[in-house]
Amino acid sequence: MAVTYSLPRMDGMRTDRLKLAASLTRPMLALVAAFALTTLALLSTGVSPLEAYRLVLFGAFSTPVRLSDMIMLAAPLLLCAVGLSITFAGGLYNLGVEGQMIAGAIAAMVPLRLWPDWPPLLLWLLAGLSGAAGGALWALLIGALRQYANVSEIFAGLGMNFLASGLALYMVLGPWRRQTSASLSGTDLLPRDLWLPTIDRLRLAPAAPLIALLALAVVWWALTKTRWGLEVRAVGLNPAAAGRLGVAAARRMAETLAACGALAGIAGMLQVVAVHHALIPNISSGIGLLGLLVALLARADPRWLLPIAVAFASFTVGSIQLPLTLGIDSAIAGVLQGALVLFALVARARVR
Amino acid sequence: MDQLWIDLAAVLAAASPLVIAAMGETLSERAGVINLSLDGTMLLAAMTGFAVALTTGNLLLGFAAAALVGAAVATVLGLFSLTLGQSQTAVGFVLALLCTDLSSFLGAPFVRVPGPAVPFTPIPVLADLPVLGTLFFRHDPVIYASFLIIPATAYLLYGTRLGLIVRALGERPAAVYARGVDVTRWRYALLIAGGALVGIAGAAFSLDLKQGWSYRHTFGAGWIVLAIVIFGGWRPWRVALGCYLFAALEIVATRSQSALPNFPTQIIQVAPFVLMIFVLALVNLASSPAAMRRAATLPQIWQRPLLGAINRLRATAPAALGQPFERP
Amino acid sequence: MHIAVENLTKRFGPVCANDRLTVSFAAGQIHGVLGENGAGKSTLMKLLSGYIQPDEGRIVFNDMPRRLRGPGDALAAGVGMVQQEPLDIPAFTVLENLLCAAPPGVFRSRRAAQIALLDLAERLGFPVDPAARLDQLTIGQRQQVEIMRLLLCGAQVLILDEPTTGITAAQARALFAALRQIAAEGRTVLFVSHKLEEVAELCHTVTVLRNGQVVPPGQLPMPQPQEYLLALMFGDSGAAPPIYRPLPAIDAPPVWELRNVTVRSGALHLVDLNHRFAAGRIIGLAGLDGSGQQVLLRLLAGQQAPDRGQVLVNGRDLTGAGAIAFRQAGVEYLPADRLHDGMIGALSLADHFALLQRNGLLVDRRRAEELARQAIADYQIKATPVTPIASLSGGNQQRAMLALIPPTARGILAEQPTRGLDVASARAIWSRLQARRDDGCCIIFSSPDLDEIMEYSDEVIVCFAGRIGPPIPRALLSAGRLAELIGGVGFDALVDVAR
Repeated sequence: MAVTYSLPRMDGMRTDRLKLAASLTRPMLALVAAFALTTLALLSTGVSPLEAYRLVLFGAFSTPVRLSDMIMLAAPLLLCAVGLSITFAGGLYNLGVEGQMIAGAIAAMVPLRLWPDWPPLLLWLLAGLSGAAGGALWALLIGALRQYANVSEIFAGLGMNFLASGLALYMVLGPWRRQTSASLSGTDLLPRDLWLPTIDRLRLAPAAPLIALLALAVVWWALTKTRWGLEVRAVGLNPAAAGRLGVAAARRMAETLAACGALAGIAGMLQVVAVHHALIPNISSGIGLLGLLVALLARADPRWLLPIAVAFASFTVGSIQLPLTLGIDSAIAGVLQGALVLFALVARARVR
Repeated sequence: MDQLWIDLAAVLAAASPLVIAAMGETLSERAGVINLSLDGTMLLAAMTGFAVALTTGNLLLGFAAAALVGAAVATVLGLFSLTLGQSQTAVGFVLALLCTDLSSFLGAPFVRVPGPAVPFTPIPVLADLPVLGTLFFRHDPVIYASFLIIPATAYLLYGTRLGLIVRALGERPAAVYARGVDVTRWRYALLIAGGALVGIAGAAFSLDLKQGWSYRHTFGAGWIVLAIVIFGGWRPWRVALGCYLFAALEIVATRSQSALPNFPTQIIQVAPFVLMIFVLALVNLASSPAAMRRAATLPQIWQRPLLGAINRLRATAPAALGQPFERP
Repeated sequence: MHIAVENLTKRFGPVCANDRLTVSFAAGQIHGVLGENGAGKSTLMKLLSGYIQPDEGRIVFNDMPRRLRGPGDALAAGVGMVQQEPLDIPAFTVLENLLCAAPPGVFRSRRAAQIALLDLAERLGFPVDPAARLDQLTIGQRQQVEIMRLLLCGAQVLILDEPTTGITAAQARALFAALRQIAAEGRTVLFVSHKLEEVAELCHTVTVLRNGQVVPPGQLPMPQPQEYLLALMFGDSGAAPPIYRPLPAIDAPPVWELRNVTVRSGALHLVDLNHRFAAGRIIGLAGLDGSGQQVLLRLLAGQQAPDRGQVLVNGRDLTGAGAIAFRQAGVEYLPADRLHDGMIGALSLADHFALLQRNGLLVDRRRAEELARQAIADYQIKATPVTPIASLSGGNQQRAMLALIPPTARGILAEQPTRGLDVASARAIWSRLQARRDDGCCIIFSSPDLDEIMEYSDEVIVCFAGRIGPPIPRALLSAGRLAELIGGVGFDALVDVAR
């Protein structure tokens, strides 16, 4: 008997070829529908959809600069999506991932500003730990609101997002404001030697994607092979029954939130030390919510997280050129991403 | 003193889109369906309403288009969740993001273009009443509509046979099915009607309260409305009160900006939502079994008013909210 | 209204729940429908009231064939069904519930509805407060409200599914009187039950179902000899007389001990409980729904902490330690709703055994599958180690749940252990539980079925209105006496004697 430990949401392997063909029809239809909707939106602006798709789909791979930008977006995106696949396995909708990223970024700034003269390697490590702790703390607050005050994690998460962005604004305009004058564009840049090292003349800091891939591997392993992962999945499927079988359900839920928050916090840290080199009010730039779309589309299946995160990041980076070359808004990438997830949800539906 | 009434009137006006959207969401949630797409729906409707009103020069057409957009998004949500059985939360969330981006993309040509706006129409005679005139009768039609929709929703839910069916749909759909009512069809109807109201609320932003169109024009109002509906315990008058409190807090926050020049008051803008979540948490904590047990040990004189207050504040969600209906 | 079914057939997968049924029910009478669990009674009633549609055959009302697409169609045609748990809206008042989705034109106004309701209530002898909220009423009261609602909405045929389950003896008497009145007014009543005495007391005719068929074909007039009906219901094998064993003396410490425990849960307030639950016993908890059995089970499972007093497990004080600590001390809780809070439907039996592993970072997959295979063989579960639990039948799920009880368990709390199971599965479950008892476990179970309590308990504890009676040896108890105690008759004297 095959010893597989697949996540419960995944479809089982089907050997029957007809069934395989049938199981491919629906995803194909979803793909067609998503592109149809996006094409319709493109047509309404009067530009050539083909030209727009060329940029959105392949633009990110056209020059080394864009490719490196794409990778630098895909890294935090993947981190968030990996974190969210833990909370999804635990049965939670962690809409607070955006705030956890911001909290992580703020927390990561603390050691960087306190001891800028320490060796960079040590500081990055400290910033990473501090960012992870900040994100985890932010997520645990959601867990506490859910556990003790009966506020759904969705609204607790939204509230914590608002609070985190308020805190970021406060730090940027208050205690950490620029020496010249407070500005919404962010704090002073970090000293050069604290920037995560990049490949020559590109913005690509290889450490960022490596950290994200490492997180993916660890989480995949933890969810499928460890007792902790099995318990988390059991809690996500049926907290009452898991509790009866001796699993500490509330604790596991809090742990999934903390784990997701920590990964989002590290993503926030990367935004600070590898992308913006400062704290800016919009440090999370919607990456957390995009990560939710990635995790939803991947059905929290670790095998799909990487390709989907890369694809979504490339759409976003590719679409940045749209306003300049075609005179249309770059939000079309979001339309395509949203439509893909929406129709994928339908493709999975049981027709009654 | 006069300034106070003027300020209060400003609060009533500022809350009008929130009130309209909140009543729409209350209707759908009472019928058991969470429309989590609210924020995206409002944006897409605001953009469409503004674009249509601008190109046709007809305000009514603008509002109609916005209502249509709201109803259409709700229909999609219904199709995917009620008919195809996907999670309302997941579909609603994806729709929220999708519609937001759609509004940014399609609305790009209309950003900061001057356009038509709902005219100020004080009501003759009544507008001259002291206090009341200032508060209620010196507004424009959208705001009057926001006043009327509160009692209308309350009456629909609590004063009519239809309201009994709506509430039963959210409490125990199996019982409604046993009485020969098509649960799915009625849930669609309520969801779509609520969606249309949300659409109108979007247009109330772009054609009235914050005239024009810009990127993410409504500033998260949809998420706020979703929280207010919970805060208001799914009861129309309390939900409306939540909207007014929220608007008042926001106005206070804006005012305090000039009063505290050295304090970065932008952060006060996020306060109302956070405050609401924490008040909700406090109320839930106070009504938890553990707290109730502790309250039961207090002396009798304290118990009565305390438990009374908690009971009044406590909000119970419709029992079947967000749950799919399976025929028994 | 006269209703009939002709060649009615309904299959659920391989099971033929109703097999070419042909029977008719005349107006103005009360018709009993008898059969053991799983005989096809519920299926027939659901077909008649439109909840499910037949595969073959037809339903005829007053000589007119009808196609019922839903319960609404059935009610419009004059057939109303009262479910065991009435399908009302708990958050509504009695009057609101009556008005909700009432057929058009039945009630002209709230006031008219209230007058009609009070009028009918008086005729049927049901006390009712139109302004009371349904979630504040007992099951019996809600059942009365539902009967009146259906009659006011024009039901000519009233179907009642096991209506005496969970109601008091007084309520049952009131119900019977009302049903006689309803029949006397020319309506048809279908009384579905597996309790012979009730059918004998109330019904004009009886239809016996066995394995989805009417035996013998057609209706029987009442009265009939009890032995004959029993033979029809159960076949020739019949109900073997239960064997009573004397209770062995036990010197092991009690599995549970309650000392001066006071606990409050919702409206129930259990005061000053002092009980010792000995090893090697099966203890049945009898009582109407919500009389305190649930609270007691939750208390013993550690899911609810007492407000005062101590709970000891195997001599150790575990007051307020939480369900997981109780579990580690050897307490196993089996909930009634197997898939809702018993097991995880999407996971397999092997996954469940893996969940029970307490050591090591990684899942020991091989060991889990080995245990699952062994459990499948030992408990005769029809599954593979990797079949999702949700795709097993109810009986197999229950067996799987028993197989998952660790061998170290000393106390088993079972809520309705045979709910929804056919007779053969129920017997299999009980033989497992008895084996556990013989190994020295203390098993406490609750059941709404008094026959089950009488058949399998060594001791019976009666719960009445939030009071927990003393344990009574089964040998000293008769079915009639138990039914009285549940209704509160003689309960005070019993408690006094125990003191």
